[in-house]
Amino acid sequence: MDLTWSDSEEAFRAECREWLADNVPSGLPSGDTREGFAAHLEWERLLHRDRWAVVSWPEAYGGRDASLWEWLIFEEEYYAAGAPQRITQNGIFLLAPTIFEFGTRAQQDHYLPRMSAAVDLWCQGWSEPNAGSDLAGISSRAVRDDDAGGWRLSGQKTWTTRGAFCTHLFGLFRTDPEAQRHRGLTYFLVPLDADGVTVRGFGRLDGDEGFAEVFLDDVFVPDIPDPEGADEAAMATVMDRGGILGEVNDGWGVAMATTSSERGLTLRSPGRFRATATRLVELASRRAGDPGVSGDMLDAVTEAWIDAESYALHTLSDVTGITEGVSPGARSSYNKVFWSEMDLRLHRAALDLLGPEAELDGPWMKGYQFALSGPIYAGTNEIQRNIIAERVLGLPRK
Amino acid sequence: MRFAPTEEHTEFADAVRSLLADTCTPADVAASWGGEVGSHTGLGSGDGRVRPAWDALVEMGVLGLLVPEQHGGLQMDFDALAPIVEECGRVALPDPVGDTAGVVAPLLATVAGQGGAVSGPAAEWLSRIASGATVVSGFGAAPLVPSGRTADAFVLFTDDTLVLVEPDDIESRPEDSVDGSRGLVRVEPVSGAGLELASGDVAAAMRAVSFDRAATLDAAMLLGLCSAMLDMTVEYVSERRQFGVPVGSFQAVKHHLADAGSAIVFARPLVAQAAHLLSGGHSALSGGSATVGEAAVAVSMAKSRASRAAQLVSETALQCHGAIGYTVEADLQLFMKRSWALARSHGDEAMHRARVRRHLLGL
Repeated sequence: MDLTWSDSEEAFRAECREWLADNVPSGLPSGDTREGFAAHLEWERLLHRDRWAVVSWPEAYGGRDASLWEWLIFEEEYYAAGAPQRITQNGIFLLAPTIFEFGTRAQQDHYLPRMSAAVDLWCQGWSEPNAGSDLAGISSRAVRDDDAGGWRLSGQKTWTTRGAFCTHLFGLFRTDPEAQRHRGLTYFLVPLDADGVTVRGFGRLDGDEGFAEVFLDDVFVPDIPDPEGADEAAMATVMDRGGILGEVNDGWGVAMATTSSERGLTLRSPGRFRATATRLVELASRRAGDPGVSGDMLDAVTEAWIDAESYALHTLSDVTGITEGVSPGARSSYNKVFWSEMDLRLHRAALDLLGPEAELDGPWMKGYQFALSGPIYAGTNEIQRNIIAERVLGLPRK
Repeated sequence: MRFAPTEEHTEFADAVRSLLADTCTPADVAASWGGEVGSHTGLGSGDGRVRPAWDALVEMGVLGLLVPEQHGGLQMDFDALAPIVEECGRVALPDPVGDTAGVVAPLLATVAGQGGAVSGPAAEWLSRIASGATVVSGFGAAPLVPSGRTADAFVLFTDDTLVLVEPDDIESRPEDSVDGSRGLVRVEPVSGAGLELASGDVAAAMRAVSFDRAATLDAAMLLGLCSAMLDMTVEYVSERRQFGVPVGSFQAVKHHLADAGSAIVFARPLVAQAAHLLSGGHSALSGGSATVGEAAVAVSMAKSRASRAAQLVSETALQCHGAIGYTVEADLQLFMKRSWALARSHGDEAMHRARVRRHLLGL
């Protein structure tokens, strides 16, 4: 057991902290609105300019080759500084690990620098109107077009976060109509300005236009170009029109290989919850003398704070495992259930402290409404509990 | 940064685990129950001890783990003991490994060390602990002391003195515990008897750190008990069939057990942190070396969450076992009842949460 940071990690923290103190903008509108998204884009490009956008990536792609530990430190400082939400998160945290694992070298070289620079902005095309928790039940399809050397995609994706503002979509499409369920799916990368794509944004519970439906009507996506003898510019032109990630009909495996990123560590690092817990304790200290504030409310604050500490320590344990070659695998479902329900407890505790002021359209009410989505997205918590029971504890599927 | 037990600690705990699997079966624990006080709880005719397991642990050096080398111990750090005590919980060992090795021994080592003594009563008792003597502790006036019926000596934290007494020095009477393997006695107040180890502020400080060590080891024991209860419930619901399928295939059962698993998973790192800070370790979370106050907060987070896990896991295990769990024939009861005792020993969930709350909010 060693719960201390090395000198170089401490130096890294100091550098993060100083840069954030000088650069974090205040009072940005929500990044899930049209005008807010544009403001956040500027912030993302500033992060990229000073190489803070993707610290753990290779330098060639805009990162700093930072270790996972340093990444955790960055996240902690980022949220402690009150820095904005990351509108690039679905690309850098969900798609990028998949490209690193399954992309060809040419795909990595093409897509990753554009992603870290916030030139390409990626949204996720998993859910469909009739396939949510039952992701393998998707019906959007890709039909082979041998003459053109690619695939023609049709169907409808929905609940696509920030889809109305993004430039690209990654998603699963059925390439083998005969195959059952999770077989016969392929992982596609699709530019949203391609012919046949229609995007319609719509309002989430909190009123922001954070959701979109994406309609695809015979959208052409080319095969991955053969690198043999091809010149770079020609390949880039082809990849600009999208492509396949991994093997045809292996999309399920490709998508699932990195779901632990979504459920655990990378999407929801402990820094953000510890920052919320700190703000909650500050709120409780300010409100403690108010006659409307009860001991039970202060206990709820304490519990939520302990949750955040527990999650942070649990993450240290996970990262230790990862650096020693043990993947969390299905155990990441424990994380997803825990952080999403913790986020609700943190926000409920704050609203209770605010009493009649809670209904005001302020940060805690806004945060509460966002937290309510946590147990639903990234695989509902009911599905996560099934995964824990079956794949961690070993209970019978049937 | 490395949040995991050292390889040495893991190997030690693994060795303890395989040793206890052979020497402390549920039948052994049931046999250790004594019915001599009341009769409603009695399964066996024992004295709350599983001596083959205890003797084997003594042989391995577990009881002298924290005893200085000059007194015949291994002189390891406190956080080596927590994973071992967790293993004791996994088999519901009733013998006072945590109390003797993890509360009394480091206390006596402090007392002996303060005089720079290699001899003297504290030093003598340290040697005896390393070779298998049972010394247990009690906090407060007329405390309930587990394993008190077979103890060779007691360390009592009363008011602002700290005394070591032998059975002849005190009045003690057996009490029935919900857990018949507790070997519980109530030690009646005595004045002037035994050996005064410390008094005044020194005693108060020793009492505080001893209480934190005891709470942390209770929490570690609870993790082991909870893991065992979860494992036996998973096994039971995988085999038990109703409506033509294993009951463990129903989502209602799955979700109960997923929540039970989660309570254990998120309590465990808190316990590891508390043990580490009590070993004089540093914590990245607090950003510096652990002060007494920080260690106490870490201990309270650990005990609060471990106690809560015990309540949830035991009740979930019982519910998922159905009626068979509600009998003294099922092994589950041996683990449940111990967990109910330990969940409230050395501070319950609420008491420890209150301590964290005072740290955060000053009220």
